[in-house]
Amino acid sequence: MLYRENGQFKASYHADQQIFPIAQDRWAILALITLAFVAVPALAPEYLFRAVLIPFLILALAALGLNILVGYCGQISLGTGAFMAVGAYAAYNFHVRFEGMPLLLSLLGGGLSATAVGVLFGIPSLRIKGLYLAVATLAAQFFVDWACLRLGWVTNGSSSGSVSVAGLNLFGLPLETPVQKYLFCLALLSLFALLAKNLVRGAIGREWMAIRDMDVAASVIGIRPVYAKLSAFAVSSFIVGVAGALWGFVHLGSWEPAAFNIDRSFQLLFMVIIGGLGSIMGSFFGAAFIVVLPIVLTNTLPALGALVGLNVDTAVLSHLEFMIFGGLIVFFLIVEPHGIARLWSTAKEKLRLWPFPH
Amino acid sequence: MGFFLETLTGGLMAGMLYALIALGFVLIYKASGVFNFAQGAMVLFAALAMARFAEWLPKLLGFESRLLANLLAFVCALAVMAAVAWAIERLVLGKLVNQEGITLLMATLGITYFLDGFGQTLFGSDIYKIDVGMPKDPIFVLESFFEGGVLLNKEDLYAALIAAALVAVLSLFFQKTGTGRALRAVADDHQAAQSIGIPLSRIWIIVWSVAGFVALVAGIIWGSKLGVQFSLSLVALKALPVVILGGLTSVPGAILGGLIIGVGEKLSEVYIGPLLGGGIEIWFAYVLALLFLLVRPQGLFGEKIIDRV
Repeated sequence: MLYRENGQFKASYHADQQIFPIAQDRWAILALITLAFVAVPALAPEYLFRAVLIPFLILALAALGLNILVGYCGQISLGTGAFMAVGAYAAYNFHVRFEGMPLLLSLLGGGLSATAVGVLFGIPSLRIKGLYLAVATLAAQFFVDWACLRLGWVTNGSSSGSVSVAGLNLFGLPLETPVQKYLFCLALLSLFALLAKNLVRGAIGREWMAIRDMDVAASVIGIRPVYAKLSAFAVSSFIVGVAGALWGFVHLGSWEPAAFNIDRSFQLLFMVIIGGLGSIMGSFFGAAFIVVLPIVLTNTLPALGALVGLNVDTAVLSHLEFMIFGGLIVFFLIVEPHGIARLWSTAKEKLRLWPFPH
Repeated sequence: MGFFLETLTGGLMAGMLYALIALGFVLIYKASGVFNFAQGAMVLFAALAMARFAEWLPKLLGFESRLLANLLAFVCALAVMAAVAWAIERLVLGKLVNQEGITLLMATLGITYFLDGFGQTLFGSDIYKIDVGMPKDPIFVLESFFEGGVLLNKEDLYAALIAAALVAVLSLFFQKTGTGRALRAVADDHQAAQSIGIPLSRIWIIVWSVAGFVALVAGIIWGSKLGVQFSLSLVALKALPVVILGGLTSVPGAILGGLIIGVGEKLSEVYIGPLLGGGIEIWFAYVLALLFLLVRPQGLFGEKIIDRV
């Protein structure tokens, strides 16, 4: 009734190729962006920014990066945490070692360093795939963990790898209050999401998907596997690296290597699986789900436990969280392998026919 | 020389334990093509069950004997692992037949999280002791050759013996029994095995139970050495490079890979570590496996089935 493209004719290639071909979608997205940029900063309480919104934005960015590698190019990575760490520590080095380095340049420098490391650890993907590649990326995870802990020059000589940044500013504007940080992350996320969407719609995205679907067939029709795979690793680790730098600089402020350990890698992989492999939208859904779920559980489970006469303390709570995450992963893999993004598009299909089912 | 030999034997002992966990990976991969990330969680789960049953059963049934308690706890833990195997087959793998390896890998990741949480909810999350009466005192050997001889830990020796016995029993089981033959048939070719009437789902339950049994043994050995705690689950991450090195489908490969990684880790830590700042044990195994993958992707003894990319 409300949501259908009847009567929306496209008169030019430009109109035909836009990201949201249906007018209602465009309006909805525009409303969402306005809401995120204007209404949320004005209305949301500070706790919400610190605990939910900023982590969500940054992890969504990281999940977006990972989704390019896993969802679009089909190369599994269990070393995302490592690439985030490279981004964070490289950005820290740019920030500390060069006097007056603009924040944005430090962050991008972190992303570029992560790209270099990502491509380096992506090289095995040219010879191996699947399970073996997962182990190869785990090598990156453990190596980077160690390097951040033990190599003095990575952390500018601080012991145990803990570093901190303070007094961030963006071209002279201070970046201190949660609202400012939120807006900064939101702007970067929107930018990268647009970039990623256009990449995966373009020639290179099609190459990635061809490699994912069947690499032999792809190389037969003239797609260079080396170029496609390494470019996926490069783009993915760049975005992940920037997300890592943001996580350190903007969200944590001071951090140590444990912030980017293997659990972070798994968490991001879960976001991508639950959100939807091979979907930009899915990265957002997955990140939102995984950021919000623990908070919801923390607030509801003790009450639920009290109802049936069980005492749910923090230790039990964290174990229950583990169980629920694990169960959800399995559930999604079995019931909806394409994640929440697929549920969303199914809902949209239904909505187009509503209220008449045929 | 004495110090070198001590490091070497220390590495061999550690390697034997890695090999035990790697064995679980290989068994499951051979029979069902699933790369079982949850092996570490299974080790933790089995060890927790063992430790807690050994504590609970004497209180519940009112007897004192520690031997009896351990025996009963072992049987109970084995039953629990069989139940876990059944549940995994019924609830997860049975629904994911014919999916890609990567999907199955991610499913076992989910199982890992679930088992970690479930085990600790059920059995508690403190550090527990498993006391199966392994002697802890060190012995000295080869004293006639060097001054001071070589220090060996008796516990490690026993552990190595148990591991060797386990491997012998498993190979007998695989080679000589009817079930073992069926398992090898399934490992060889699912469809062919099914077409001659081997029930796949039952075979998978058996394989996962056997892997649970191996996990239980590994858990008991590690647990009596270090205490049963969450970090046990992470030992499995050490076993991944072992299977890569040895070949995903080879039992001798898992053993040899474990020994190589164990020895390499200890030797590199002692002799190369100081040059790099120490602590290289964490990644040494992985980098070794990674380099190995580039040269010989199927591992030492694995079948050459990796498709070229």
